[in-house]
Amino acid sequence: MSYGLAMVLTGAGVAVACGVLGTFLVLRRMAMVADAISHAILPGLVAGYWLANGPSLAAGLLGAVAAALLMVGFVELLTRSGLVAGDAAIGVAFPALFALGTVLITRHFSGVHLDADAILYGNIEFAGLDVWRVGGRVLGPRPVWVGAGLALANTALVVALFKELKVSTFDPGLAATVGLSPAAVQIALMTAVAFTAAGAFSAVGAVLAVSFFIVPAATAYLWTDRLPRMVALSAAFGAASAVLGFTAAVRADTSVAGAMACAAGVLFGLSWLFAPKAGLVPRARQLARQRLEFAAETLAVHLMTHTGTPAEAEECTLSHLGEHLRWNDTWATAVVAEAVRRGWAVRDGERLRVTEAGRGVAAM
Amino acid sequence: MSTVAELLHDLVFDYTLRTIALGAAVLGVSSGVLGTFAVLRRQSLLGDALAHAALPGICLAYMATGSKAPVVLMVGAGVAGWLGALLLLKIVATTSLDEDAALGIVLASFFGFGIVLLTVMQKRPDAGQAGLDKFLFGQAAALVGTQVAVTALLGTAAIAVVIVFYKELKVLCFDPTFARTTGLAPRWLEVLVTSLVVVAVVIGLQTVGVVLMASMLVGPVVAARQWSDRLAVVLVLAGAIGAGAGVTGAVVSVAAERVPTGPAIILSLTVFALVSILFAPRRGVVPDAVRRRRRGLVAPVEVEAEAAR
Repeated sequence: MSYGLAMVLTGAGVAVACGVLGTFLVLRRMAMVADAISHAILPGLVAGYWLANGPSLAAGLLGAVAAALLMVGFVELLTRSGLVAGDAAIGVAFPALFALGTVLITRHFSGVHLDADAILYGNIEFAGLDVWRVGGRVLGPRPVWVGAGLALANTALVVALFKELKVSTFDPGLAATVGLSPAAVQIALMTAVAFTAAGAFSAVGAVLAVSFFIVPAATAYLWTDRLPRMVALSAAFGAASAVLGFTAAVRADTSVAGAMACAAGVLFGLSWLFAPKAGLVPRARQLARQRLEFAAETLAVHLMTHTGTPAEAEECTLSHLGEHLRWNDTWATAVVAEAVRRGWAVRDGERLRVTEAGRGVAAM
Repeated sequence: MSTVAELLHDLVFDYTLRTIALGAAVLGVSSGVLGTFAVLRRQSLLGDALAHAALPGICLAYMATGSKAPVVLMVGAGVAGWLGALLLLKIVATTSLDEDAALGIVLASFFGFGIVLLTVMQKRPDAGQAGLDKFLFGQAAALVGTQVAVTALLGTAAIAVVIVFYKELKVLCFDPTFARTTGLAPRWLEVLVTSLVVVAVVIGLQTVGVVLMASMLVGPVVAARQWSDRLAVVLVLAGAIGAGAGVTGAVVSVAAERVPTGPAIILSLTVFALVSILFAPRRGVVPDAVRRRRRGLVAPVEVEAEAAR
């Protein structure tokens, strides 16, 4: 497998894994919990490596999950006590754990298996070098397997718990009443996030993991209101960010992980501008269309009111609209053109006449 | 390891340690005071997002000017942080996404861009960019006198703003609707509060770095809040606790080998916060448990009598 392909596949696998979970995090207003978990797992990873005497995947994962659950539990406890608001508790807890992890690394692992900068943006560049061998058989790059495994596991989890996740996300009260235990669903989700963050960590680093958890899911939310579609779109946007980011990074000779996060941001930005229903541009255009249509109706009313009155010759002219309706010339011409296009009025030089259809609209 | 006496001596007479400790103290005071408003307005993680958003600004400022002067980089960080805040508000206002998701989007996308710029610069032949990546984890050891002076000036200005608008800020924190309807807190005041957070972030980046900035703004406030219900007291306490943690962290990182200053400051800050949460006389967890236990031992009649009082 070429190094390039290994990077793309690793990124895409992690992106899909994060994307399917991210949907629920965004909908549950827990996006920043993903940020906190991605950072808080660091001391757990380090402790796991330390216990296993080296960078062992299983030990690292277990340590990370333990650290993440510890943090989530601590935050929950503090919030419940009423002493500290939820977001403030998060703001204290995760930097503390991250700082602890950094100190442990600089003191005990300096330059060996973990590098401080790599914590933040990973080293996906080396994805192709880390080959997995089992009993003499070469299975290909390990990060690719990790990414694919996480993607599969999370998809399976979301499919299996879809009903529970859906109900507890949108109506926790109902979930509790019908016996779907929102607390258990919450713990399952947090555990999955911790596993995914830990698996993603060595490949793409803490911050890119945050990007993959939140940004594609938020982008998907701009395209659809339906949950299954949002999950699928989130995974697709994540994978697309990985491919686009990799391509751009190769061209610009820069950080692959950073470029993937940028690509996710760009996809969000484009969707924010152009998504059919939620996009700023389509919404602005629809607003302009409605404004023009309403003005054309107003014109029809105006013309009908004055048709057959002594003032008709004066009122029903293009130049009079500025005075009577306070329309400037450009706008008046545009409105008249729209009314003519819709068949509500006819224009005869300066004179304007309302049609039968126009009367119908005006009378409504 | 040096002895405590030696450390105290160095703290006063050793230029490097004195500068670092002073810088950390300035950072602690300003982020404690400015963070109070962020925490009370339930925007604790705003600082986290804006700190990450500042990274591309720092890189672009260097790329544009070729200078690594603190003022240049701070302006870059400030502008990028501001832009991030603006985008954040715009996302919340124009989409169905929550502030929470918007924070994450700004944080991750800006930071990714910053990493891209950092890597591009690292691959350039000139070595001038070396040290910009220190903003990731902060490097108090690199602080120099002028820089501390600049941050002190900036921090003083921000705190002066807090004093001038104290009444308005107070109302905005505790009853935003009332503040808006009475015209006490117009739109620009909310922008001002966000700008204050940007200032705090700009001051802190050099010392504690992008990732740990969140705690610098939130930690002192969480600790101070345990000791008082009065805003003025919380503000002063938060500043003092921030400064205390800053100096402690700076000293620890110098005394113990290979402990980076940023994490050392954050860890001592966490100790302050935990101790306050556990042991503060009125709101602390332990005194509360003791009180409950005592109450459990007295006769129910007395408890009822106390409840009725």
